[in-house]
Amino acid sequence: MSRIVRAQIGAIASFIAVLELLTRLGVIDRLTMIPPSEMAGQLWRLLTEGALNAPMAQTFVNVALAFVLSVSVGMASGLAIHALPRLRRLADPLLASYYAVPFFVFYPLLIAIFGLNRWPLVAIGFVFGTAAVVIATLNGLDRVPRVMRKLARVHRLGRIEEAFLIVLPAAVPHLFTGLKLALAYAFIGVIAGEFILSGSGLGHAIAYAYDSFDNETMYALMLFVLVLAIALNAALHLCEQRLLRRRRRA
Amino acid sequence: MPEPQARLTSVTKVFETPQGAAVHALGPIDLALERGEFLTVVGPSGCGKTTLLELLAGLTVPTAGVVTFEGEPLGGRVPPGVGVVFQEDASLPWLTVWDNIAFGLRRAGVAAQEIRARVDRAVDFMGLGAFARAYPAQLSGGMRQRVCIARTLVLEPRLILLDEPFGALDQQTRLLMGDELLRLWRESGATVLLITHAIDEAVMLADRIAVMSARPGRIIDLVETGWPAQRSSRIVEDEAFGRLTAHVWSKLRAESMKALGRDQVGVSRE
Repeated sequence: MSRIVRAQIGAIASFIAVLELLTRLGVIDRLTMIPPSEMAGQLWRLLTEGALNAPMAQTFVNVALAFVLSVSVGMASGLAIHALPRLRRLADPLLASYYAVPFFVFYPLLIAIFGLNRWPLVAIGFVFGTAAVVIATLNGLDRVPRVMRKLARVHRLGRIEEAFLIVLPAAVPHLFTGLKLALAYAFIGVIAGEFILSGSGLGHAIAYAYDSFDNETMYALMLFVLVLAIALNAALHLCEQRLLRRRRRA
Repeated sequence: MPEPQARLTSVTKVFETPQGAAVHALGPIDLALERGEFLTVVGPSGCGKTTLLELLAGLTVPTAGVVTFEGEPLGGRVPPGVGVVFQEDASLPWLTVWDNIAFGLRRAGVAAQEIRARVDRAVDFMGLGAFARAYPAQLSGGMRQRVCIARTLVLEPRLILLDEPFGALDQQTRLLMGDELLRLWRESGATVLLITHAIDEAVMLADRIAVMSARPGRIIDLVETGWPAQRSSRIVEDEAFGRLTAHVWSKLRAESMKALGRDQVGVSRE
């Protein structure tokens, strides 16, 4: 374990310890926050009793669908936009201002289109993540050295072969940034959507606990979502590091 | 007269800048590459040497004139039988040295056993045996360029085009890489065209040296070296080497000054 990782773990542990102390000593009111040890205890209970199985399954499937859709559609769109300079000129300003749009306001419209089921939430996660993947794909493709494209021509590769054998592997470092952002945005979109607008899922469970003044459950669920999001992002980061290690100049 | 391996007939290349201005980069050029010869091209910076190579490779099309390979006109596609080694590092960083070298053979649909035999031979030939499973990031610049040469070599091209492949290397390594290049030229029997900005390298390696003018690049002299096929970097000790180098420089000096804009500001050409 590197010194930096040890320092990061130490900082998080210290933060939790300070929070534990402040809540136990009453500096932070129990109505405002419960001690982290109680959050963990309540989370363990919820997990072992199976109370989270249904909302977890709902949220995980929604996030997975939003992630897979935003990555596949985002990458395909990135490739198409990059290949068509006119479309690029049109898309660049739209992409630059994309995240200024509050997509949640479209939820009623999404319900009208998809019905009262999981798909409006998946759509929210999808629209949040897709632009990040498109932008990362375009960044990656812009940085593929020209010599790589000449190499593809020397080997008489078709456009699809060139994309899959040369261009996308060359752009992988940037594509990974898009993957990480897409996962984070899928989580944010789906959980926030469930929190505000849905009747199921982890986001809804947090909102329900909040409305019921059930602080233990609310904080336990918040802890769960936090740990899950960090763990998934760390897993992607590890994959990225393993993949990129071999590419770095010695 | 046997058909030359490749020929440029009255070839001109004019580029258009993003602002819409026309830049006359090259030509008119007439040049025939004889089968099995080693031709080097020297010229001032920006004279269109790389454009010349890309025209011969089929990577770009001429504005006027015709480029043929083995009698067939090129239509903006790289024909089978032509291999190109670029100035920039074109090794694929996500593949091992072995897989980099096998890349073109796999695309060409060569049988696995044949790929293994050809790649193993190329790895040995280029002295990469200890690094076959390494990634390009673990190699020096010279070794990465050797990987690129090996990747071209295994395809057994009849015409090998090299664009300043040793440009980023130090002088000693360049001389040694030149020896390796001569060895592979002799053993492959291929026609080789090498673009270089180093006059000594051009003279040492070539059967013929094409000297280019400042932009728009034209061939202002074709120098026969008269070297035997069994030559090496030791040829720099030959008395004729100095004479040829001086001759090429005498042709190139005025053109290099033109390229630098010095002929217009009164710098002496003597």
